[in-house]
This record gives sequence, C-alpha cells and structure tokens, in this order.
Amino acid sequence: MRNKILDTSTLDKELLAKLDAFIDSLEGDKQEHLIHVLHKAQELFGYLPQNLQLYIARKLDLPGVRVNGVVSFYSFFNEKPVGKYTISVCMGTACFVKGADKVLERVIELTGANKNEISKDGLFTIKDVRCIGACGLAPVMTINDKVYGKVKPGDVDEIIRHYRSIENES
Amino acid sequence: MKLIGKMIQLKINDINVTVEQGTTILDAAKKVGVHIPTLCHLNLEDFGVVNKSANCRVCVVEDEDTGKLVPSCAQEVKDGMRIQTDSLKAVMGRRTNLELILSNHPQDCLVCVKNLDCELQDLAHELNIKEIHYQGEKMSHPKDETSFGIIKDTNKCIMCRRCVTMCNDIQTVGVLGPLKRGFDSVVATAFHLDLNQTSCTFCGQCVSVCPTGALTETNDSPKVWRALNDPKKHVIVQVAPAVRAAIGEEFGYEPGNILTGKVVSGLRRLGFDQVFDTNFGADLTIIEEATELVDRITNNKTLPMLTSCCPAWVQFIEHQFPELLDVPSSCKSPHEMVGVLVKTYYAEKNNIDPKDIVMVSIMPCTAKKAEAARGELNKDGLADVDHVLTTRELARMFMEASIDFRKLPDDEFDDLLGESTGAAAIFGTTGGVIEAATRTAYEMITGKELKEVNFKQLRGIEGIREAKVQIGDLELNIGIAHGLGNARKLLEDIRDGKSKFHAIEIMACPGGCIGGGGQPYHHGHTEVLLKRQIALYNLDESMPKRKSHENEMLIKLYDEYLGTPGGHLSHQLLHTTYSPKERI
Ligand code: SF4
Ligand code: SF4
Ligand code: SF4
Ligand code: FES
Ligand code: FES
Repeated sequence: MRNKILDTSTLDKELLAKLDAFIDSLEGDKQEHLIHVLHKAQELFGYLPQNLQLYIARKLDLPGVRVNGVVSFYSFFNEKPVGKYTISVCMGTACFVKGADKVLERVIELTGANKNEISKDGLFTIKDVRCIGACGLAPVMTINDKVYGKVKPGDVDEIIRHYRSIENES
Repeated sequence: MKLIGKMIQLKINDINVTVEQGTTILDAAKKVGVHIPTLCHLNLEDFGVVNKSANCRVCVVEDEDTGKLVPSCAQEVKDGMRIQTDSLKAVMGRRTNLELILSNHPQDCLVCVKNLDCELQDLAHELNIKEIHYQGEKMSHPKDETSFGIIKDTNKCIMCRRCVTMCNDIQTVGVLGPLKRGFDSVVATAFHLDLNQTSCTFCGQCVSVCPTGALTETNDSPKVWRALNDPKKHVIVQVAPAVRAAIGEEFGYEPGNILTGKVVSGLRRLGFDQVFDTNFGADLTIIEEATELVDRITNNKTLPMLTSCCPAWVQFIEHQFPELLDVPSSCKSPHEMVGVLVKTYYAEKNNIDPKDIVMVSIMPCTAKKAEAARGELNKDGLADVDHVLTTRELARMFMEASIDFRKLPDDEFDDLLGESTGAAAIFGTTGGVIEAATRTAYEMITGKELKEVNFKQLRGIEGIREAKVQIGDLELNIGIAHGLGNARKLLEDIRDGKSKFHAIEIMACPGGCIGGGGQPYHHGHTEVLLKRQIALYNLDESMPKRKSHENEMLIKLYDEYLGTPGGHLSHQLLHTTYSPKERI
C-alpha cells in the first residue's frame, strides 16, 4: 500500500457491512445509484473520507475519480469530518454585497476553524455556500437547519455563545 | 449498411449546403470549405475517439434568424437555417471566449514545452489576440512531476476534457476526471493524487490530445546531455521502429517518411558512442515469444498468450486484471532486451564495465519511461535502460544542437545489435507484432518454409480484429486489440473463460506505437497515423529478410552467448515478471 489515506482496511467493519447491505438492496444498475450510496455512506460514517470513496468506487465498479468528482461537486457531501453544527455563510451576490464576508470572517475568528474545516472542539464546521434563496434576508447564515437573517458581524458572538452553552449544559 | 438519414438544407455564409440530419454546423461548414476555429472539439473518427464536451465556445457562429451565437461543434443543422461564421458578432464572440480562457492562463509560452506546438497558442494567433481584456485569478495548483512518464501542470489546463475522454472512454483506465465545480473546477486525478499513485498506465494518450502544455512527457533530455558530456560514460542509444516513421514530421516532412538513416547519423553527431536498433530487439522478442507460444500450445499451458511488448498495456493488466497475470508472455519489451544485452553481451565483448554504460532509448512512447524505472527490469542493480526519450524529445535535442535534420546524410546502425528484418519494422503498428510472430511460429512448428509472409488478415485499424491462420494441422486463432478499452473486452472474455484465442496482440495506443504518446502531435488528424502505418508496411516489404529468425546477428547472439531460445540465460536476461497492483 503506497498511500495510507487510501487504505480501505482501516474502515469500520460494522458500518461497512451496513453500507454493503444497502448497496446490495439496490435494484437495477448500481452505478446509477451513486448519489444514494454516497448519502447513505455519509449518514453512516458522518463524512466521506478518501478511503471510503475508494471503497465505494470499487464496490460499484467505477473509477475513483468519478466518485470523487461527484463528492466534490455537491456541497452537501463532506470529505472531512464535520462538527456537530455546520455553519454555512451564504456568499451569493445579495449576501456578499451586504457584507457576508465580514460575517464569515467573524465566524472563523470565533470558532478558530477555517473554511471547510472543523473547529478543535469538534463542535463547528464552517462552510461558504452559494445563494440559498433567501436573498431578502441577506446576509444569511444557517446553522444546521436554522436560518439566521440580516446577520451583522457583531451578532455572531451571541449566536456562537448560544451553541456553546447548549453543549456545556448537556 | 449505412442508413442515409433525412437531408437538411441550410445556408452557411450564403452558400447552400445539403447535409444529412444530425450533422453539426462545423461539419457542414467543412463540406463547403468554410473553416471555423475549434479548441475543445476532437474527432479521431477512424479510432472512434470523439470529445464532445462543447465547453470552450471558441467555435461559436451566428444564427442569423435568432441572432444568437451557437457552438458549431455541437449544434446540429436544421432545415432552412442561415449561419454566418464571419459576422462581426461571431468574430467578436469567439474572441471574447478565447480571451476569457486566456485570462487565467499562465501565459509563459516562451518556456513552455508546447511552445509553437500548442493549439491554444495557435488560436490566439489565428484570432489575432494582441491584448487580453480580462484579468482572471490564476490557478495555483502544484505541478505533478513525480511520475517517470508524464508531467501534469494543471494551471495550464483549459478544461477541454479531451484527456478525460481519452482516459475514460477510449482507454477505460479512468484516472483523470472533473472535480469540484464553478471557479474551483479542475480536471484531475481522484483526490489530486500524484499520477504514480494511481492506476495510470502512462500510455500518454491524454498527452497526445491535450491542446496545451497541461499534460506533457517528462523531460529527460538534461540527463542525457549530462551523460553525453561525461567523458567516463559510454553512452549507447537505440531507436524504436515507430520513431523512424514519424520524426520527420517535426522537421517539415510529410507524414509517412521513413528516415532511419538521418536519425542514425544525427545521433552520432549528438555524440552517442554506439547507435543500436530496437528492431534488433524486436526480432529477438519474436524468437523468444514464438518459442513461448509454441511451448504453451504443445504442452497445454495457459492460453491465450498475450504479447507483452507494450508497457502501458502491462501496467493496465496489473491494475485492472491482477488475477490474469499468467496470460501475458513473460518476454521483456524489445528495448529492454537490447538494454540488458548492451550491459552484458556488448559490455563483455568490448571489455567495458557495465557501470560505465548509459543506455538511452528513443521511443514513441511515454509508458516506456515509466517502464525503464520498474524494479524488475534490472540486472545486478543496474537498470537495463537508463533513460527514455520520446520522438519529440529527440527532435528537440537535434534542434538544440542546431543539427539540420533535413541535411543529415544517411548512416547505418552499429553491427552488433543493429541488424533487423522486415518483421521487426512492423512492430510499430497494430497487428505487426503478431504478424511477425506468426511468420516465425509457422516455420518453427511446421519446419517448412513460409512462402507468403504477408498475413493481410491481421492488418487494418479496426479496434478489435480476429483472424485464423492455418499452420500445418493447427488452426491458430489470433486476436488483436489496440486501445485499452478494446483490450479490456478481450480480457473480460478471458476472465470469463470465453476466449477462443491462442494468441492476442495488445497495444495500448490507438494504431499501435505509430500513435504513441511520445510521437509528434497529430493535432486531431488521423490520416497522419494511417500514413505512418503504411510507411512501416512498405519498409517491411522493402527488406531483404522478412522473418525474425533469419536475422544473422541474432543467430550469432544465440550461438555465441545466449544458447537456445527460451533457455536458461535467455530466461534470466530476456524475461520478466508481473505483480498485481491496486486500482485507483
Ligand atoms: S497516461 Fe493514459 S492512463 Fe494515464 S492518465 Fe493519461 S490516458 Fe489515462
Ligand atoms: S489537461 Fe489538457 S486535455 Fe485535459 S482538460 Fe486540461 S487542457 Fe484539456
Ligand atoms: S502502444 Fe506502443 S507507444 Fe503506446 S504505450 Fe504501448 S508501447 Fe508505448
Ligand atoms: S445571496 Fe444569499 S441567500 Fe441569495
Ligand atoms: S470547439 Fe466547440 S465548444 Fe469547444
């Protein structure tokens, strides 16, 4: 094995068995179901590390680059571990014009995680996304399913503090 | 039978055109002599290679009725259409699209390997671009220079996806593909791995169609210059069959000129101590391979036997069909055979320490660069071949040395490993290796003289061919495939126990080595490859000897040194092993 990241033998056996069962249950041309399989895999493993992508590629008899192409195309697939809360800051035109970049900057400052990265405490993953269709509320930021509109950089402190405190209580 | 579709009438630049339904505007225009510039479009019809990504928009023309610009390479003709290729709108549209492509390009043409051989550069010239009105953010991907065959400089990529078509649809290797999207999108390997961490075969077909300098061969000429400049080194060179049929194109000759004599004298001028012929190695390969085939047939061993002289194909089977590694012949490829003999036979005869020998191969091929680095191909820690240069690299060295190729006199190969037959000449084309092997196997098996040496049923350019050859009582079933996608089909049959062949010839490149990844660029003109092929068959025809086993220096080599074909020493020096590899 020339590259450790690609070693599929380190993947969790139990989760793989579940993924295999899911793939086996698919009807018809399995290659057509790539997106389903990736969703299932992300649901099971939390994210899609390279060796898992490779595993899926071989299982579906697809080139690795094809699977990686699909994973990297859609922003809802994560190639790196994700935090409990995904903070997505909209960088669409409307939001950008209203200062979304400042919001993102503040989010990065407060969480200590960069774009597409996870914070050290494992709580937050930061993403910049394209227009999410709520331009009237620009600038917009979402945390998991919750939408925050007309966010000012100053508001970010309070929001982050809120999630940290939920964690501390539990 | 080809069904003729409905005919469509349209006007292009006010000229009436009638073409079959489904024709693109580009092809319709071609029919009436109207040129439209293209970039991403590629159509190697004879080899079934078509890239239809239609994403560069450099080919736009104006539809007079709608006033819209349409991409002519993808848009099909419609009845009554009126197209203008030279309206102001069309001209400006093409300029703008090309300027946008250029706006984030490194623009370091002066020091780019593709300088003066680049389709992007040609277009900038053709569209009279003298200023770029847009400023794009330049890409900053690291250059992958880690492999032994190919350099990938993603920053020069214009996303035409020709390489993706080649690597996926034609070669079915699937190493290159599009990743991400929008501004971040890029044509790359999975996870941006270095090519040598993937199942890349180094066939170089992606290189042969890349319009820019984004994919090129590794540049090994500095190492060769260094060796030539080192007085302690004895530097030996050999030239592959397909090189002589193509190198002239780099110096303005029509495709299909055999220029062996000039190549040899040019190499001497560069300072090589001995100039040997890979064709000698090809004849030798035939003796060893035919011996192996006869042995496999008569002793009921693994069949079919697959030829093994194409290293890209060997790499392909190792990665894609690791369970079938007993089917390829164990023979090394011809240049590796010459390499090992130079460092043993030649070295002993001339009292030279093999450590002081530098063996250089001039090949049509990028895969041979990677092959030379294989751990299996060495003796006592010395690589059989030290450096491999492509046809293009050699042409550049001649230029660099200001050698006027066209004025070079004809010269001949050095004796010891320099003689060859017509059988070796055709190694460079699809079907050639197996035809050469059949000529020798026939006489080996029947003990009779083969009168008609031309096996026309083995020739052609169809991707998969099969033929029966009667050899005494035996009806030999022969398969031929070129292009790895075609090879895959034959391999799947073998895996599933459905193959009816005794022997199969496989070459990775469409057309065989004449279309190798290191050959002068064909820029989409397949007739170039066909002319090279004809030239090799003509060369064969013109040779006094046309069967490998009649090569006299070869007979001497066995008498003096190797012993018998397939014997102990032959096995040690001329054969190799394969190992299973991962698929990535
Ligand atoms: S060299 Fe061949 S196998 Fe490798 S990336 Fe290019 S086309 Fe694919
Ligand atoms: S690497 Fe070359 S052939 Fe491939 S997409 Fe980029 S420019 Fe086109
Ligand atoms: S067909 Fe010839 S040029 Fe192409 S990879 Fe094989 S040996 Fe090299
Ligand atoms: S631009 Fe942000 S929601 Fe539309
Ligand atoms: S050549 Fe037509 S879109 Fe590129």
